[in-house]
Amino acid sequence: MKKIIFLIFISSMVFSQKKDIVEESFEVNGVCKMCKARIEKTAFKQKGVKNAEWDINNHLLTVLYDKSKLDIYQIHKSIAKVGHDTSEEQAPDEIYDNLPMCCLYNREEIKKGKR
Amino acid sequence: MKIILSILNLLLISNALLAQENIKGQIFSKSSENLTPLPGVNIYWLNTSIGTISNEDGKFSISTNSKTNKLVLSFLGFQTDTLKIEKKSNISHVMKESNLGELDEIEVTQRRKSFQRSYLSAQNITKISSEELLKAACCNLSESFETNPSIDINFSDALTGTKQINMLGLSSPYIMITQENIPFVRGASQVYGLTYTPGPWIESIQVTKGTGSVVNGFESIVGQINAELKKPSLSNPFFLNAFASVNGRKEFNFHFNKTLSQKFSLGIYGHTSQRTMITDNNDDGFLDMPKTRQINFLKRLQYTDAENGFVGFLSLRFLNDRKISGETTFNGRSNNLNFSSWGSEIFTQRADASLKIGYVFPLITYQSIGFQSAYSKHNQESFFGVRDYNISHESLYSNLIFNSIISNTKHKFKTGLNFSRDIYFESVDTDLYKRTDDVFGMFFEYTYDNLENLNLVAGLRFDSHNNIGTFLSPRLHIRYQGSEKPTIFRFSVGQGRKVGNIFAENQNIFASNRTIQIFPSNGSIYGLKPEIAWNYGLSITRNFNLFNRNADIIFDFYNTTFLNQVIADFEKLQYIQFYNLSGKSFSKSFQIELNYKASNNISTRIAYKNENVRTSYRDGFKRKPLRPYSRFFFNIEYNTVNTKGKGWRNDFTYNIVGKQRIPSNLFHSNGFVASSYSLINFQTAKVFSSKFELYLGGENLLNVRQKNPIIAADNPFGRNFDASLVYAPVFGRFIYSGIRFNLN
Repeated sequence: MKKIIFLIFISSMVFSQKKDIVEESFEVNGVCKMCKARIEKTAFKQKGVKNAEWDINNHLLTVLYDKSKLDIYQIHKSIAKVGHDTSEEQAPDEIYDNLPMCCLYNREEIKKGKR
Repeated sequence: MKIILSILNLLLISNALLAQENIKGQIFSKSSENLTPLPGVNIYWLNTSIGTISNEDGKFSISTNSKTNKLVLSFLGFQTDTLKIEKKSNISHVMKESNLGELDEIEVTQRRKSFQRSYLSAQNITKISSEELLKAACCNLSESFETNPSIDINFSDALTGTKQINMLGLSSPYIMITQENIPFVRGASQVYGLTYTPGPWIESIQVTKGTGSVVNGFESIVGQINAELKKPSLSNPFFLNAFASVNGRKEFNFHFNKTLSQKFSLGIYGHTSQRTMITDNNDDGFLDMPKTRQINFLKRLQYTDAENGFVGFLSLRFLNDRKISGETTFNGRSNNLNFSSWGSEIFTQRADASLKIGYVFPLITYQSIGFQSAYSKHNQESFFGVRDYNISHESLYSNLIFNSIISNTKHKFKTGLNFSRDIYFESVDTDLYKRTDDVFGMFFEYTYDNLENLNLVAGLRFDSHNNIGTFLSPRLHIRYQGSEKPTIFRFSVGQGRKVGNIFAENQNIFASNRTIQIFPSNGSIYGLKPEIAWNYGLSITRNFNLFNRNADIIFDFYNTTFLNQVIADFEKLQYIQFYNLSGKSFSKSFQIELNYKASNNISTRIAYKNENVRTSYRDGFKRKPLRPYSRFFFNIEYNTVNTKGKGWRNDFTYNIVGKQRIPSNLFHSNGFVASSYSLINFQTAKVFSSKFELYLGGENLLNVRQKNPIIAADNPFGRNFDASLVYAPVFGRFIYSGIRFNLN
């Protein structure tokens, strides 16, 4: 009996999720592990973000999120707000200037269009 | 848990390839004549922010883009390439180096990456790779821990020479031993089960110190040892290994692996070993090592359907094992009806079947379902002089696990059900014991990761056992990372329970003429109550630089406290007594370990540990007998094997096994404390190519031997005969040699 209830519980969790989950990657400028924590934490704070991982080597943030709840631009905006330039949004100068020393990335990188 | 993790891993790789609208491919670099996969390559659509990087195998997948069909591949040290994608076919691309100088930098970062990975788990896990396994003399799971100071090896008795493993001061029944996360060494196979997995079958071993995850059951009290076997889809098509030692042990192993179709691959693994030589170096009239013969077969079918997210495994194995020990003059029981000589035979047959299925939800890779089921039939017929012990154990195990997240991947959970049935039938001389254990369990495990310096795993399971009732088992693991230069703190606490299979776990009692006494305490298993213990521990890992080389130092402190225990009491002369604990029983273990890579070729490991294991016996609170108080360990490896697979691999291990308390016996009516001794092992291997190597080694080079491993060997049918009090090697120095042959 317990078994059946449990199975129903599991299957309801599995199949009730009618979501529009997509994965996208974009560039976010940053330097160190502190940046990584700040960028990922900010992304996770957005409702609908399922997973966020920033690669310290190639500066790509990969997010898995629910499209029906969130627009990707909101993630760009929120990350810029904590001081990190993204491929679509510039961080305000005063916030950038207040980042810890180790986090002061080269702001020219994205502007110049590295790619 | 690991099964799901490994399934997940497999799937994460393949899952990247799944979605319909993805372009997939693999990137290589050209070094001399070979193509090697290139990981970490930036791959993105021109003038967009949509990108990915290639994985460890150089593989990648990227969703198609409506704006452009120009794909850019860039990697430090290589020329950037732009590809025009016309068809949704697989891309295979070779990148050209732009500057050799920069390449070295990349290698360094990669090395650091694989180094960090082991620091991330909330549990205290050490991984023993197949490379590390080559350091051991040979040849089965029980001999695979020589370079791991956390695990101690002692001998169960002076007749069979069976190695028993101990962790945190407690022997293998308190450690959950699994094979690909299915409990394997338990019940009837508790004592000899480790010898049933040949070394060449093993891909890697994970040793978890401290209480285990709730996913694996309520039994893992002090830790878990999991052996992952080779996977047919990833292994060499053909492998051959032969081994011989001066003590007459011969082994032969072969593997065949074949890819049957895109989705199916098959592996057939065979092992046979035997020792027929009669050796009696200590002239007590008894064989120093038993005559043995083992035949072991495994067939594995692996199913990988990356497009739909399914992974499966079907394994079948069959084992036949015979051990003959006793007096050198013994030639079979039927020829010995007048008791002219003492002999023993242990004959085991075992069949195993297991099925695993994993499913990962498309795109939402954090969600998966895993199912595993295993059936085994184990039959042991044995006699020891005039004593008989037979056991048959039929076991069914199944586990269903669902993995997902709560809102996002910072909060993950695992939940599921398991069911197991164990049917035991034992005959001990003229007494018969029959029992069926049915266990139904449910578990829930929550994992939190703050992405910075803290992760936590909290689990709870509920079990309903027909013989020991219903109960909860809570477990908690916390990992906290200190400063930037990592100092890692790990804390774990958990409760575990175990049914005491008194005869199967203590088969060394039959290697004596001790009278068996059981003092029942109203329990339902041999009249005894189940064992319950709390285990808690703290582990600190500190990383630092020593002469510009990476080093780490690890402090471990663990305590196991029993609320109830089934005690096998060897204290009273001529008796073995089983009863439940009344009073205190604990095991405290402290270990300090230093790992240092002195140069590219030389790595060293030094460890010291102190173990304090005490139990309330009927005649007082004492140290557990035959457990070393301390141990010192030193290992140095000198490895010159280059990227072409040529060179030497040398390994030297020095152990000091501390003092041990020996219970009362014919020679020492009040028992005594055996002094410490040193063991030196050495192995050298000449690697001619990745296909062929030759190795030579020696164990116990100082030729340390216990003086009288068999007490009253001259009167084996008398009441004082006892081969169960073994604290040092019975067999002295031994030299071995072998070859390994691989076909790619």
